[in-house]
Amino acid sequence: MALKYEEVIAKYEPSLGLEVHVELGTASKMFCGCNTVFGAAANTQTCPVCLGLPGALPVVNGKAIEYTIAIGLALNCSIAPYSRFARKNYFYPDMPKNFQTSQYDEPICTNGYLDITIETDEGSKDFRIEIERVHMEEDTGKSLHMGGATGRIHGADYSLLDYNRAGIPLVEIVTKVVNGCGKYAPEVAKAYVSELRDVLRGLGVSDVKMEQGSLRCDANVSLRIIGSEKLGTRSETKNVNSLKSVERAIRSEMIRHAELLNSNQRVIQETRHFHEDTGLTTSGRSKEQAEDYRYFPEPDLVPIAPSKELIAKIAATLPEKPSVRRKKLQEAWQVPDKEMAAMINAEVLDLVEATVKLGADPTRARSWWLGEIARIANEKAVAAADLAISAADVAEVVALIVKGELTDKLARQVVEALINGEGSVGQIIEARGIKVVSDDSSLMAAIERAIAAAPDVAEKVRGGNIPASGALIGAVMKDSKGQADAAKVRDLLLKHLGQG
Amino acid sequence: MINKSAVEMAESLSKGEITSVELTKAHLNQINEVDGQVHAFLHVDTQGALDQASQVDAKRSAGEKMPALAGVPLALKDVLVQKGIPTTCGSKMLEGWRPPYDSTVVRKLKENGIVILGKTNMDEFAMGSSTENSAYGPTKNPWDLTRIPGGSGGGSSASLASFQAPLAIGTDTGGSIRQPAAVTGTVGVKPTYGAVSRYGLVAFSSSLDQAGPCARTVLDAAYLHEAIAGHDPLDSTSINAQVPAVVAAAKDGNVKGMKIGVIKELQGDGYQAGVLKLFNESLEILASLGAEIVEVSCKYFDYALAAYYLIAPSECSSNLARFDAMRYGIRSGQGSAEEVMNSTRQIGFGREVKRRIILGTYALSSGYYDAYYGSAQKVRTLISRDFESAFKLADVLVSPTAPTTAFKIGEKSNDPIAMYLNDIATIPTNLAGIGGMSLPSGLAAEDGLPAGFQIMAPAMKDDLMYKVGAALEAELNTKWQGPILNSAPKLGAK
Amino acid sequence: MSNISRDDVANLAKLARIDLSEDELAGLAKELSVILDAVARVQEVAGEDVPPTSHPLPLVNVFREDVVRPSLTTEEALSGAPEQEEQRFKVPQILGEE
Repeated sequence: MALKYEEVIAKYEPSLGLEVHVELGTASKMFCGCNTVFGAAANTQTCPVCLGLPGALPVVNGKAIEYTIAIGLALNCSIAPYSRFARKNYFYPDMPKNFQTSQYDEPICTNGYLDITIETDEGSKDFRIEIERVHMEEDTGKSLHMGGATGRIHGADYSLLDYNRAGIPLVEIVTKVVNGCGKYAPEVAKAYVSELRDVLRGLGVSDVKMEQGSLRCDANVSLRIIGSEKLGTRSETKNVNSLKSVERAIRSEMIRHAELLNSNQRVIQETRHFHEDTGLTTSGRSKEQAEDYRYFPEPDLVPIAPSKELIAKIAATLPEKPSVRRKKLQEAWQVPDKEMAAMINAEVLDLVEATVKLGADPTRARSWWLGEIARIANEKAVAAADLAISAADVAEVVALIVKGELTDKLARQVVEALINGEGSVGQIIEARGIKVVSDDSSLMAAIERAIAAAPDVAEKVRGGNIPASGALIGAVMKDSKGQADAAKVRDLLLKHLGQG
Repeated sequence: MINKSAVEMAESLSKGEITSVELTKAHLNQINEVDGQVHAFLHVDTQGALDQASQVDAKRSAGEKMPALAGVPLALKDVLVQKGIPTTCGSKMLEGWRPPYDSTVVRKLKENGIVILGKTNMDEFAMGSSTENSAYGPTKNPWDLTRIPGGSGGGSSASLASFQAPLAIGTDTGGSIRQPAAVTGTVGVKPTYGAVSRYGLVAFSSSLDQAGPCARTVLDAAYLHEAIAGHDPLDSTSINAQVPAVVAAAKDGNVKGMKIGVIKELQGDGYQAGVLKLFNESLEILASLGAEIVEVSCKYFDYALAAYYLIAPSECSSNLARFDAMRYGIRSGQGSAEEVMNSTRQIGFGREVKRRIILGTYALSSGYYDAYYGSAQKVRTLISRDFESAFKLADVLVSPTAPTTAFKIGEKSNDPIAMYLNDIATIPTNLAGIGGMSLPSGLAAEDGLPAGFQIMAPAMKDDLMYKVGAALEAELNTKWQGPILNSAPKLGAK
Repeated sequence: MSNISRDDVANLAKLARIDLSEDELAGLAKELSVILDAVARVQEVAGEDVPPTSHPLPLVNVFREDVVRPSLTTEEALSGAPEQEEQRFKVPQILGEE
């Protein structure tokens, strides 16, 4: 019988360690000039260097170093005056040299932190996540596992390798052990990854798309009995491909560890894989026999010694921190905490901001992105940002509403049509013949028809029963097929019945 | 014609006395004549060489200004990749592999119109001092076919000594250019680390490997040096500075007033008497030319061999990891990828390569790193400091290149330590990254075989070696009444 | 005296992915012991105060610009492949983690 989460946290305190890998958005690879475009045909973006051909040599992409320093600075790290690359030696077919060019005891950035806030039942809570290091390395190729039943590695007959991804610059951001989250550990982890993603996006160093693997999170989890000093054995969960999964994977691991500990079994130090479908993890390779990576300084690359001037130059170009920016926006827009959190959660803050920048008022911009558009995104199970509707579209729609050329109802039709890819706002209005009916005479004719059809109701309104007018207004709206402005209909109707 | 120097051949070409095609054919004929006995080449690119030669001839007759060595043939050590041409590194592992790209050295050779005849034999992945570790059989020393031609670049040195090529490219990690030069009576230069691009040089030990020129005269080597040296943005460890004027230095050849330091630790025990005698005679010649001979001590050189045999295997254990049967090279065995890797590496690598990979794996493994690899890197610092101090007392340093003349094939193949001792005098320069040259000092009295004289210069002052080498060579040639290779036995037609 | 056993060599061979024969395991154990004895003397002079040298030249900060250069053609990239399928390197079944 599976334990309940409440039972786990009543007895155990979790410790977390998060390793986030980020593919940098450089034009070329880490050590060679191959393109980094996502989704290119297999093995079309490879060369002697990233294929690890005999004789080929790496040369560091200077932009990748600048990006890494920017990340370090944004995470409040110290930037090492001297750091080196090292070879991490292990065999794997997706790694062309059978060593990964990485950093070992001399990373570029060390000792930083990132502050996060989570919403709890007891209100907002702040946490400081300490960063141990930020270092550079290179990505591996991709394997397709063929034959067998599942398409997974187990049971495959053979594999096909594509090295387009091999050598794409990766930055690994490693936290120190995170303690003291208690029951909020899963939320803290999710908030950390989310905040980190916003920071990275703000820096413009990566497209941070978890679903495409340009941001990947490995979550280390261990439990110890509340009050005990000794850390428990940790497991490391990989394949965590969305923010929601970060939270789910940690929760699932906490429950699994607690079940083992409660039945006096050992937690094995191992790599585990998270499965989106079941929400559970399965065992990967056991790390009991720790792999001996035989690190040594990479002789083919010379050390990195960034000048104070370079660091200062990068520091001067850092954008505002997302937390600061959010606070500013919240004040400017006069939004309550809960609404703000909702926008962040739905990942529409950037879109709302862009819409406001294009002239829309904050309240309308927010309600569109958080309402109708978020609803459709949810239905389609995609991010609002990935829908075929831009901030400019929404700003245009809002402007038309303000001018009285669209009603809310008509605007919803336009928004739907935009998302369906039916063209620009103007084209959609034209093609669908969407037009606010504001011509008084045609409205008056409709009002007359409504009154004629329900004279008793009209009488009530004349007698001062204003709420009764709703039925008449509804009839007029129906008559105009929703194209009339309801407020205007009400005005005219009440005036006509002597209540204006 | 094939017995002439490369510079003389280049002159004949530029005067129109001979075409590159004729010159190339003459060498291809010589290869046909003698390489059955010597086995210097692993691959002869007859068609490619002739095509290249006729292109040079066409350009020349069209009146284009040609680089100094345009049209002169060359033998390329099989550790440098050449697009489309089999590159094996003397290993079964790469049998049949044709690289899809050119090394920077090859690109520069082609740009200079130098005709590449083919790829020369070597110890597998450049690990060895005798060329006996080639998976394709040993190369024989043209002076005595029962003896080794040195290694790892025995194919390149033997091709020069048997007039199959006037120029060759070698690579030197612990002496693989200089020791073969010494035992074959030829000239070999390891430039300062970073002077010649390593891009496309299949790595043995990345922090020690350096490609360089092999020739029969110091001036020929200088011309080839200038053709292949220079900054390469594809090699992060490439020196971004002007190449020293080595041709001018070789033409100058004036040692008057120079201080020449004799390294106390690189003579005495373990050095063959005849080799030392020739070394001392060379010193006398240099003194007679106005150089001042001083003795210097480099006390940490005693530790150089030990440091080298930790650093080189460690780096090679990582560099050779890529040979895994997945992307290129041979594939052998059944089962999983891991099983196929294991069995391919078992049959693809020879004994010495496996020995060094295992040794390097040990030296880098956790718990042993500090004691072995870490300590070796510290010794490297001490050796560099020794050189720095010595270069305060002398402009160049000298020693015998190798402790002995060529030994018999098979003589040391079961005693790795005895084999490693061949490199005792050449290894310190690799550890410090400075340049070293070997040129013939004469024939040892005991066995009538050639010995080498080594000149070492501070980093990026490779010109000094050429200056001293050219001075000594001129005097020795006068004494011998011609180049030493004139006394080598005639091969071929029997 | 270094004492490398057959099993030590077997472990190293596993790390280095070489399927050594029994003869080689035994032979290398002996040879490695001798070689390690000879090279262990580096420790005699490797004092705390001596900095290690990893690169012979004191270069730093060698970078290239973030500019895309032509890749190999797919045919060139795959030209050495022992086996290929669908423009990819075909390799035997991979065991272990994804």
